[in-house]
Amino acid sequence: MSIASEATRTLTPLARYTLGLGDDALIGSQRLCEWIANAPELEEDLALANIALDLLGQARALLTYAGQVEGRGRDEDDLAYLRDDWDILNVHLVEAPNGDFAVTMARLLVFSAYQYELYSRLRDSSDATLAGIAAKALKEVTYHREHATLWVLRLGDGTDYSASG
Amino acid sequence: MSNETPAPAGNGTTNRRGWPLWEVFVRSKRGLSHHHVGSLHAPDAQMALHNARDAYTRRAEGVSIWVVPSTSIIASSPQEKDPFFDPSIDKPYRHPTFYDVPEGAEHL
Repeated sequence: MSIASEATRTLTPLARYTLGLGDDALIGSQRLCEWIANAPELEEDLALANIALDLLGQARALLTYAGQVEGRGRDEDDLAYLRDDWDILNVHLVEAPNGDFAVTMARLLVFSAYQYELYSRLRDSSDATLAGIAAKALKEVTYHREHATLWVLRLGDGTDYSASG
Repeated sequence: MSNETPAPAGNGTTNRRGWPLWEVFVRSKRGLSHHHVGSLHAPDAQMALHNARDAYTRRAEGVSIWVVPSTSIIASSPQEKDPFFDPSIDKPYRHPTFYDVPEGAEHL
């Protein structure tokens, strides 16, 4: 905590909370984007890119709002591009390297299940902006969770080869 | 840094025969019929719906998707093209273009 910049250390609780949620979505989106052109099938390239784009949209809304709450004139781009890494507040889960496709899908399942529960509650927040962002994002993460669930089930079933090992 | 690189596509050690092909039909809005928009690969029907959603409706093109295994499509044969389609070419009277439309009749 001590190496965080003055700007980060003096954030109000609401600004810090919103920025953290935005950073979760931002970093999660960037990790997923690494899969573009590298997924097992072209169709999965598209699926992961779509999910990454949803997360980027959530990040934009959350970072914009965090900047407004902070009140120091920083916009979404300032917050996304002009902070040092120790000022970025994402949970470690989204930042860890992708690993192989199965690891990425397991991570996506955990993260989207977390986001689903989070946004489900945040939708009723007394903060109207956060509630609005959550209501929109909830539809998106519902799909992310379903997609990750399908893959984790499928990968868990294994193959003839893995069963013979 | 090397462990940050995504793993290579597929799983080289398993005998992956390739995913089956699916034909995708999208209904753009209520009241219209589904139209064929293309095809894609998917391991099962549910994944095919997911992939179709991502490939063909990401710009809000649809309200409903059908996916059909391509092997279930029965196609007319190119060799039968003449007996199938030529007989209708010289029968323009089958087009409803020989009627005078009454004045004031809208939505025809």
